[in-house]
Amino acid sequence: MSESVGIVTPKKLVFEDPITLSSGVVIPRYELMVETYGSLNADKSNAILICHALSGHHHIAGKHKPEDKAAGWWDNMVGPGKPIDTNKFFVIGLNNLGGCHGSTGPSSINPETNAPYGSSFPVVLVRDWVETQARLADRLGIQQFAAIIGGSLGGMQALRWSITYPERVRHALVIASAPKLTAQNIAFNDVARQAIITDPEFHGGDFYQHGVVPRRGLRLARMLGHITYLSDDGMGEKFGRMLRSGEYKYGFDVEFEIESYLRYQGDKFSTMFDANTYLLMTKALDYFDPARHYGGSLAEAMRQAQAKFLVVSFTSDWRFAPSRSREIVKALLDADRTVSYAEITSQHGHDAFLMEDAPYMAVMRAYLNNVAKEIA
Amino acid sequence: MANHNTLRPDLKHISDQIKPGSRVLDLGCADGELLAWLQGNKAVRGIGVDVDVMSIVSCVEKGLNVIQADMESGLQSFEDGSFDYVVLSLTIQAMHNIELILQEMLRVGKVGIVTFPNFGFWENRWQILIGRMPVSETIPYEWYNTPNIHFCTVNDFDKLLGKMGMKVDKQVVLHQGETVDFLPNLFGSLALVQFSLANQ
Repeated sequence: MSESVGIVTPKKLVFEDPITLSSGVVIPRYELMVETYGSLNADKSNAILICHALSGHHHIAGKHKPEDKAAGWWDNMVGPGKPIDTNKFFVIGLNNLGGCHGSTGPSSINPETNAPYGSSFPVVLVRDWVETQARLADRLGIQQFAAIIGGSLGGMQALRWSITYPERVRHALVIASAPKLTAQNIAFNDVARQAIITDPEFHGGDFYQHGVVPRRGLRLARMLGHITYLSDDGMGEKFGRMLRSGEYKYGFDVEFEIESYLRYQGDKFSTMFDANTYLLMTKALDYFDPARHYGGSLAEAMRQAQAKFLVVSFTSDWRFAPSRSREIVKALLDADRTVSYAEITSQHGHDAFLMEDAPYMAVMRAYLNNVAKEIA
Repeated sequence: MANHNTLRPDLKHISDQIKPGSRVLDLGCADGELLAWLQGNKAVRGIGVDVDVMSIVSCVEKGLNVIQADMESGLQSFEDGSFDYVVLSLTIQAMHNIELILQEMLRVGKVGIVTFPNFGFWENRWQILIGRMPVSETIPYEWYNTPNIHFCTVNDFDKLLGKMGMKVDKQVVLHQGETVDFLPNLFGSLALVQFSLANQ
């Protein structure tokens, strides 16, 4: 019987040790917003880190208040009796450095200037996040994670963890991800960034001081992103050419249901997400390329890893297509690492990794049951 | 853990051919019965391949390494010579591209092991003779719902291997789990062929 983790409360952790980022910039002090579920066992071997994707954060499962409409972003996967079973595992979610849901990021106050960081907040790479997450693990006394799990950009963090801290990752679950972005993917990201940067209310990233928000840019960026996270078939089935009023109006207002849906999603997003964070997160995606430091050989990069891997992709995901996951699988096989791979039939596109799909849930459950047995 | 005697008869005979501690690729591994047995009893390092997601779930449940893939387009995920044995059990008769898969088996592995229903089995011949498509223990489908598209006899399979520059190293023909030594192409319903490149 699976149930919700119930009411949860995030916690802010302060890190006073300065961190030198890949870009060379030093952040003297930072905070991470963290939410945990289940309990850490005596030998601290049952911890699972869940890395968030582009617009994700610490709130993975359960609700903050009983009256909250929606639960955490991966509530169908994390909870008592769910595939990531909080009766067995101690699950950690966090908002990454540079985020806008409580961790230090562009909208935070820079203690040196007493003004928001804004445009002065440095670019953060996936490896920098892994560094902050390792410090978080140190703080909690976790030597080795039972598993590090992530979808999309989160999968990249799991890959990076396995390369940088091989002895600290028992299993890495890399879902709907890629070993690096294609030119097409970088192109989409740049259109999204340009939408934000060219918004007249962006003010070079320092819009906070002007009391405005580049809402139009953020809205466009999200609408574009949203299209690429869905599949043509999935969108067709849900919306088709349905009209709101049933007839053509011969104008540029919302007529088709898909327009209404995208605008709604864009509007919602523009009120709850920070424009600078969106720029940072998409840049982290663009820069990720672990093979770069190993002569361009992903297999050579993966040879550093000691973790066992589960790689999962979804058939209709064209933004992080199955062929990209197969590159990861091939590199792991070439490096003689332990890997299983599932290619789930789905019409939900890239977003499928957040959906409840029986075979997908079954693969995750089967894999994590064995992880639980291993550490018991 | 599956007992040796409870393994499906063709899998039992395959497991007899495999040396302890070797690397095995099991194509069309289904629920991973063979790999699980080999891993538990012969310290084999194995990887399964199957196209069906529920097979992947079963294998993952057993703690096996398994890759979901369609073998019809080859075995691109695997490097040349990375396995001691490549097994294809009771699957080849349902495949489109038989020459490609045989070639790929001996590209990624040193030895191939294939099992298939023998169309030359006398009961099949008899049913054809009385004007019906054969339905038997090893071919349990009617003509209209069978997944099998490429039937062959023991002799046909050997001939194809020869044509492709491969040789038969060992051949076991079975009926109801027992080996058939007398007129195997007539009295055996299921064949196991172990093969390798002829010039090696």
